Amino acid sequence: MTGPLVTLESVRKIFPDVKQPALEEISAQLWPGRITGLVGPDGAGKTTLIRLMAGLLSPTSGIIRIGGLSPGEDAVKLREFIGYMPQKFGLYEDLSVLENLELHADLRGVVGDARAATFARLLTFTDLGPFTARHAGKLSGGMKQKLGLACALLGQPRLLLLDEPGVGVDPISRRELWRMVQELIDQGIAVVWSTAYLDEAELCQEVLLMNEGRLLFYGKPQDLTNRICDRSLQIRHVEGDRRQLLTRVLRRPEIMDGVIQGHNLRLVLRAGCAPPNLLELDAGAGAEWVSVAPRFEDAFIEALGGGPGGDSVLAQKIRPAVGAYQTVVEAVDLTKKFGDFTATDHVNFAVKRGEIFGLLGPNGAGKSTTFRMMCGLLVPTSGTARVMGIDLKTSASDARQQIGYMAQKFSLYGSLSVRQNLIFFSGVYGLKGARQRTVVDEMIDAFRLQPYLDAAPDSLPLGFKQRLALACAVMHQPPILFLDEPTSGVDPVTRREFWTHINGVVGNGVTVMVTTHFMDEAEYCDRIALVYRGGVIAAGTPDQLKAQVSTPQNPDPSMEDAFITLVQGQAHDN
Amino acid sequence: MLSRIATLIVKELQALLRDPQSRAILIMPLLLQLGLFPFAATLEVTNNTMAVFNEDNGQASFELVQRFARAQAFSAMIFVHDEAEMRQVIDMQQAMMVIRFPADFSRKITAGHAVNIQILLDGRRSNSGQIAQGYVQQIVQDYSDELLRRNRRTVPSKLITRNSFNPNLDYVRHVIPSLVAIITTISALIVTALSVAREREQGTFDQLLVSPLTPGMIMVGKTVPAMLVALVQASIILLAGVFIYRIPFAGSFALFYASMVFYILALAGFGLLISSVCATQQQAFLGVFSFMMPATMLSGFVSPVENMPVWLQYLDWLNPLRHFIVIVKGVFLRDIGVLTVWQNLWPLLVIATVTLGAANWMFRRQLG
Repeated sequence: MTGPLVTLESVRKIFPDVKQPALEEISAQLWPGRITGLVGPDGAGKTTLIRLMAGLLSPTSGIIRIGGLSPGEDAVKLREFIGYMPQKFGLYEDLSVLENLELHADLRGVVGDARAATFARLLTFTDLGPFTARHAGKLSGGMKQKLGLACALLGQPRLLLLDEPGVGVDPISRRELWRMVQELIDQGIAVVWSTAYLDEAELCQEVLLMNEGRLLFYGKPQDLTNRICDRSLQIRHVEGDRRQLLTRVLRRPEIMDGVIQGHNLRLVLRAGCAPPNLLELDAGAGAEWVSVAPRFEDAFIEALGGGPGGDSVLAQKIRPAVGAYQTVVEAVDLTKKFGDFTATDHVNFAVKRGEIFGLLGPNGAGKSTTFRMMCGLLVPTSGTARVMGIDLKTSASDARQQIGYMAQKFSLYGSLSVRQNLIFFSGVYGLKGARQRTVVDEMIDAFRLQPYLDAAPDSLPLGFKQRLALACAVMHQPPILFLDEPTSGVDPVTRREFWTHINGVVGNGVTVMVTTHFMDEAEYCDRIALVYRGGVIAAGTPDQLKAQVSTPQNPDPSMEDAFITLVQGQAHDN
Repeated sequence: MLSRIATLIVKELQALLRDPQSRAILIMPLLLQLGLFPFAATLEVTNNTMAVFNEDNGQASFELVQRFARAQAFSAMIFVHDEAEMRQVIDMQQAMMVIRFPADFSRKITAGHAVNIQILLDGRRSNSGQIAQGYVQQIVQDYSDELLRRNRRTVPSKLITRNSFNPNLDYVRHVIPSLVAIITTISALIVTALSVAREREQGTFDQLLVSPLTPGMIMVGKTVPAMLVALVQASIILLAGVFIYRIPFAGSFALFYASMVFYILALAGFGLLISSVCATQQQAFLGVFSFMMPATMLSGFVSPVENMPVWLQYLDWLNPLRHFIVIVKGVFLRDIGVLTVWQNLWPLLVIATVTLGAANWMFRRQLG
């Protein structure tokens, strides 16, 4: 076939009881042998569009043709045509890898010799061969995605729909997943890859950039990135606090967007603006502007109307008594065994006051176990975890009062309203009476939660959900914040807003411990410990880690390069 | 510390009452069982069919048949004419019993001799059959007494059964107090076991564990709401029993509510123990169900505890419902004293202490 595989013509989708259309006038063509990226923040309509193509929803108006067929009318025929991998794996966690495959094969009518051949091919393709007897629920995030992909590939689809396959997956698994999809492209399959990770989008042949149901850009990612050319800059050799400098820089009208990259700042200028004077910004005598290659993310932020700014209202409210301790979080020979398996093996680190400390590592490396021991969710088999000098084993309750905790899944009470959640979490940390009311009102004010007070947290837009989760974690003015993959699956704009708040409270002396799969996020850390197979294999500032893997071929490696090289180096040593 | 526990309790009640679905789960079973049980789960036998095989056709048998026909238990009569037919009406379940009068029935009665009649019962319906047999015997007894009186012969002394506290053997009086126990059991287990499992699934349990709350505080925060819900439900059933079903409340309210509190403690212990070994709501539901079924069946509500094998009676001692049903029926219908209540209350205290202690230990251990 030489023409496009999928044609979308003025597709609209309006859900009942929702004023704003979920999709508005989407027209595009998807070609076989190409990866089309579906990019946009939460609520952009990515999942809706994928579900329309999969025939799970029907459009309010407009035409969808897949290989000349309509998903609504020819659903049965198209089912053999389409492989669909939904956001949350779509796996049965209580079934083994093989049982999951068999179930999907039964559903797709792949039987007999064809089944044996397909299984053999897919298990080799996904490297899941050794794990066929393992329960799907016990697989790591990356392996789950591979199994999900294998299930979607049964029956040899010509169109593969992948809804955010990269969420919660470490960089190594993500690269493998990408390599696998690349192979499929070579076989002439059309792939739709929806993502909020823009480095993934950059690798797609074509992207549909969406926001609030509208198509903002449709074409090659390079074409969008080119709009930014010469406007991406770094400030290097910063003296003084780079976080405060970022706040000052983002206040300047010339600056559209900015993030921290290790010891440097990475900024994007507005079109037609010259970089502001570094002396005026008080960046230090040695600071200088250096031009860097634009990224798709820069263009993405511009298409969405710029970054969220650098001032945190939260930082004005959260000024905890940070005490005299210099080392506020400390792990001494921290070890955790589950039966024969040693998840964490003699891990040592110390986090100083006002530091952002990152725990990085592949899925299943022991990063979460370490993190859970540090915030008191697991008791170590041996070794000590201390916060503010208090041993979590002996005075857990006192230690926990010092901690604010934010989980990856926004663990708020869905059956309580936003206000009830705020009151509950402040009450649990011992706030009461007038002081409780003041704090809750401050949070409502700072995070502009007023319109949502009586709503259920689940119904909130993602950005507000995250604000609420952060508010619940910091109301008791904790000197330490534990963040467990806080921005997993969150779009870049919301992520920037979140880090603005974190940078703000860190400026007030709050110490942050964070786990992440996001290499951009790792760049915000002062120091990083890279965990692999239960131990710390590398530790230092982001720049130090990057320098460790610098080679003549790759003199300026990214954080992701550093991560992959260090982990794989360790894997080869063993 | 108190304000933190209060925060937990308020949260739990808000979570239970804010959502229309969870409100319905608390109130619907209550209304349904209150409306249906007293009528459906009755031991009275009414509106059945009796078959008569009358080989006699004399005056005495005719009079007895008339009397049977007047009884509420039998709304229809079938007359059969031979043994084959007699067998058939039982086999086909056309009648629940057959009365057979021998050919010399009336003659012997007139002569003043003793005489037998035969009653055939459908063994498949053993319970109702036995009760219906009781009715028949009563009617026959009355008739024979009357005959004796008519013939101016002294009536021999006989056993008269009178049912204390429920003189008319009104089944509602058995059901309503038991409902207090059964319905509160369901909601106490839901509020404890299922809500902990739900928090685990949603990740909010971690959120509680990283807070300064201790496992003990979290347990109190689950137990007190369960108790409040159960007390409200018990009061509703109590009011319905007194004002709708017209059962006099004989005992002391203080004893009723005090023993209720201990009962819910024992249940919360089981609920929390179940939840401590369950990761998902589905598992917790199965756990609650596997506890509820035997606890109800072996509580004495369905059949008397004394009828069970001795070893099972000992095992049943662990069943809080068994003890509480004695208390609640006793206080409701008989005004049993503090001492009798205590005899059934202290096992509840022991059960509550053991289960709550075990649950607390499990929660602490899981953190390790």
